Amino acid sequence: MEYAFFLIFAAVALIAAAMVILSRNPVRAVLFLILCFFATAATWLMLNAEFLAITLVLVYVGAVMVLFLFVVMMLDIDFAILRAKLTRWSPIGLALAIAVFALIAEIIEKDQIAFGQHGDELSKIAETGNAAKLGEIVFTNYLLQFELAGILLLVAIIAAIVLIYRGPRSRKLQSIPKQIAADPKTRVHLVSGD
Amino acid sequence: MTQVLIYLIAIVATTISLIITVILYTYAERKIIGFMQDRIGPNRVGPIGILQPVADVVKLLLKEVIRPSASNIYLFIIAPVLALAPALAAWAVIPINNGWVLADINVGLLYVLAMTSLGVYGIVIAGWASNSKYALLGAIRSSAQIISYEIPMAFAVLGVLMAAQSMNLTTIVEKQHGGILHWYWLPLLPLLVVYWVSAVAETNRLPFDVAEGESEIVAGFHVEYSGIPFALFFLAEYINMILVCFIAVLLFAGGWLSPFEGIPVLNKVFSWVPNVVWMFAKVAFFMLSFLWFRATFPRYRYDQLMRLGWKIFIPLTLLWIVVEAILIQLQLPPWFSI
Repeated sequence: MEYAFFLIFAAVALIAAAMVILSRNPVRAVLFLILCFFATAATWLMLNAEFLAITLVLVYVGAVMVLFLFVVMMLDIDFAILRAKLTRWSPIGLALAIAVFALIAEIIEKDQIAFGQHGDELSKIAETGNAAKLGEIVFTNYLLQFELAGILLLVAIIAAIVLIYRGPRSRKLQSIPKQIAADPKTRVHLVSGD
Repeated sequence: MTQVLIYLIAIVATTISLIITVILYTYAERKIIGFMQDRIGPNRVGPIGILQPVADVVKLLLKEVIRPSASNIYLFIIAPVLALAPALAAWAVIPINNGWVLADINVGLLYVLAMTSLGVYGIVIAGWASNSKYALLGAIRSSAQIISYEIPMAFAVLGVLMAAQSMNLTTIVEKQHGGILHWYWLPLLPLLVVYWVSAVAETNRLPFDVAEGESEIVAGFHVEYSGIPFALFFLAEYINMILVCFIAVLLFAGGWLSPFEGIPVLNKVFSWVPNVVWMFAKVAFFMLSFLWFRATFPRYRYDQLMRLGWKIFIPLTLLWIVVEAILIQLQLPPWFSI
């Protein structure tokens, strides 16, 4: 039963991932990417990684992909031009893909050995719910890495703000305090009829 | 097999009771706002207009479904389903009494947040697939608004999570035992205010309904929808409203706990009231406040809405989380003492 569900979700994830690359319409590509994330979350859920699965849905599907969709809907991307470049860059892309695949395969192989050693421990964590356990590990053993990731994100935020900041005077903005302080007596004059 | 059957029956029962609640809620909305604005409200169909929602449902079911010729057919049809499905799915983890819950999972609170954040896809896809200017404007406004208000909402929920030390909704309610002053609304009052305003914004209700904005963009994202697809959007919006009311009660107002717990005389007097009644009474109060807002406030301008979310709510919640962390460290009774 569980295996059948895994096969279904894995197939959905793979097909959706393929459709992301193959679809001609960028909006449709983003929607297939969302479907791919969903199927991945479902497979994680079956591995008892409920915290990770729900975080994937919450962060990627619920926020990041909405922004993707937002941008793609506003832009009028011509896929024909993008496709023309595809053949030129395809050798590099292919090499990158093989490198990433080799990395993933390596990690999976190592992980299987690790899983054999700590299998009992892992299944015990899965039983009690892994959100609390994950927090414990992140905030003790990996605190430095966690803080570094936080600083990295902060730098990214500041960089984004710097990129879009166009100086204080080049924009016409409404001053909210001025609007709130507006007094109808100074704005409206009653003109008598005669 | 019987287990699956029981779950199926429970799911169908939840859905049907939600639909009936929505039908009654729309009637209550029109009547109550009518009274607030010194009108009568619907009074033609049935005694005091009680059959008006039934007439509305029949009307929506019988109307022709029109599809704009330049629209994207698959996405146009799937959009209302995408709006309704997460609204219903979130109910799996909502308890209405101790143990009365379909899925008592550890990360219930996160699951609810994830599901409510998915509702935006129905709106965005509807707006894009309609191939209409007003609909696209509504969709873009909605996506920006929901992303902005998800952040203060998540911070407000994080405050409750810190206080209860759990993400399980039943545990969060059980931690609030001991009468009305022990509920989290008192120590976390700023978070309750932020949560509630964000909830109104997330459900696209007045005064934050810029995604629909009749006076600016006709009907926003569902301008091209008619008949049953429109009814699905309508249903999704109202089910989401009821959902955020339940979450507000569970997180801040003690869920199914009696407000008179621990008070000598009143506790005895009201001890006959079942827990579920307390739950529904509190939910009814929050549902009423939705209508109250709608009748009271004019619509926010779009830039004011964004300013409120980013420049006021997010700093406020961040500040209060720091204050709360200090209170928890001090073990301040009665809320934070273990």
